[in-house]
Amino acid sequence: MAKTIQEINERIKNEKAVVFTAEEIIPYVEEKGYKKAAREVDVVTTGTFSPMCSSGAFLNFGHSAPRMKIQNAWLNDVPAYGGLAACDVYIGATQIPDEDPANKIYPGRFKYGGGYVIEELIDGKDITLKATSYGTDCYPRKELQTTINIKDLNQAYLVNPRNAYQNYNVAVNLSSRVIYTYLGVLQPGMGNANFSSAGQLSPLLNDPYYRTIGIGTRIFLGGSVGYVIWEGTQHNPTARRGKTGVPTEGAGTISVAGDMKNMSTRYVKGVSMLGYGVSLSMGIGIPIPIIDEEMISFVSIKDEDIYAPVIDYSSSYPKRENDILTELNYRDLRSGVATIREEKVPTASISSYPMAREIAQTLKNWIATGKFQLTEKVAPLPGVESGQTFKSLEIKTKR
Amino acid sequence: MQRTIARNIMLHYPKKLTEKPIISNLIKNYDLTMNISRARIDQDEEGTLVIEISGVKENIDAGLKYLTDIGITYKPVSKVIARDDERCTHCSACTVICPTGALLIEDRSTMFVNFIQDKCIACGLCIPACPYQAMEMYE
Ligand code: SF4
Ligand code: SF4
Repeated sequence: MAKTIQEINERIKNEKAVVFTAEEIIPYVEEKGYKKAAREVDVVTTGTFSPMCSSGAFLNFGHSAPRMKIQNAWLNDVPAYGGLAACDVYIGATQIPDEDPANKIYPGRFKYGGGYVIEELIDGKDITLKATSYGTDCYPRKELQTTINIKDLNQAYLVNPRNAYQNYNVAVNLSSRVIYTYLGVLQPGMGNANFSSAGQLSPLLNDPYYRTIGIGTRIFLGGSVGYVIWEGTQHNPTARRGKTGVPTEGAGTISVAGDMKNMSTRYVKGVSMLGYGVSLSMGIGIPIPIIDEEMISFVSIKDEDIYAPVIDYSSSYPKRENDILTELNYRDLRSGVATIREEKVPTASISSYPMAREIAQTLKNWIATGKFQLTEKVAPLPGVESGQTFKSLEIKTKR
Repeated sequence: MQRTIARNIMLHYPKKLTEKPIISNLIKNYDLTMNISRARIDQDEEGTLVIEISGVKENIDAGLKYLTDIGITYKPVSKVIARDDERCTHCSACTVICPTGALLIEDRSTMFVNFIQDKCIACGLCIPACPYQAMEMYE
């Protein structure tokens, strides 16, 4: 017996929908079994909160007098891309100020960048805008400097090309010196193992074959409502999968968009990774409609059944060899100590499990109180059958 | 005229001394200014204080001698670490960096990261390692 999204939405409207988080559903399914749980539960909510480097914002400032075709723009001295129409720019999460020493003083501190500009915009702070251009007959101005505020912008919305990775690597350091990575500081001799996934709460791990999540899916994005707008960059449905069908390495990704004017800095935060750079932590939550028994079996996945590959970030990863030292499950990763090559290694997470839980809970409340309706996907994400892979860049030798 | 200087000290005083007006003696008898930045009194009425003492050098030295004479042990501290709970997301990146276990997850069911100030030696390693700039140092 299958349920339609329309039927579920009808129950949401009447505040009758039965909603669980992806964590709460686990003991419930264990007690009731798939059949009964599939009948009783309407929606399971997921959540994740983590640095997501492929994030950024489109901003439209409106026109100055005289008009200007902004070519180069800086927001609080952080370059924004101006190769668009006159007063549109895109500010990327990982952009750093021109004069940032980066890793010249190693490890670089990376105190400011695009992710922080985005956080401050959402926070309602004034931001300095500097821009230059070459001037045209219709857009004569060549320079401007002013302050902007999100409330005065025509549009300010996030368009994140790659968020919510379905699974991710666990990073260790086999070398004899400390290394600084996007998965945090890694102590030599496998001093720690860092990971970054909400595991059993993570959106795409609860819908491993993208049956319900697709283009047009309405989601929790940064404390407000957003949408899945496309597959994410590097979307790789044919990644390795375990017995349950759940990927055992980075696999699917989604591209998302949403209005920054309604977002909250609790769920959109600038981050700085020592020796690596600046990024943006995003809070994302996706509702999974329980349309049938297969979906209830997917959402009842547990941390101990989700495996991630352990990779040496001192050599194998930078060289793109990606040798897998071992696979670890998220229950062991979250326990604080994991065994790798017969050694006990302390583990730490870069993504926040408490925040993932809070997001799933918030989305659950929105749905249970009738404030958030589900959407039918407009088009699917490329699935396993597409054969789509994650290709590499081959450097062609000069003739 | 002598220059006024400041020193931060962490002092531990045993139960038998909790009745004594130590602070007011230091202020009155040695012409020092006190700024208490952290105070903790245990259930058994022993206590730890982090105070900033300022005054001229001679007076500070005399005041510190007075503390030693009445049986109070102290150690100089120049820094105090604090966590901005608004910025901390409880990710846990710092827990494998902190050498003393001052940052750790005490309860694996909540996964909240605790900051236990008493275990902190103010080494400062967590400050650049925290992606959210939640750890701050005060001199
Ligand atoms: S690394 Fe920073 S944000 Fe993460 S738990 Fe530690 S103090 Fe909190
Ligand atoms: S300053 Fe050092 S001891 Fe204190 S919490 Fe940070 S890392 Fe731990």
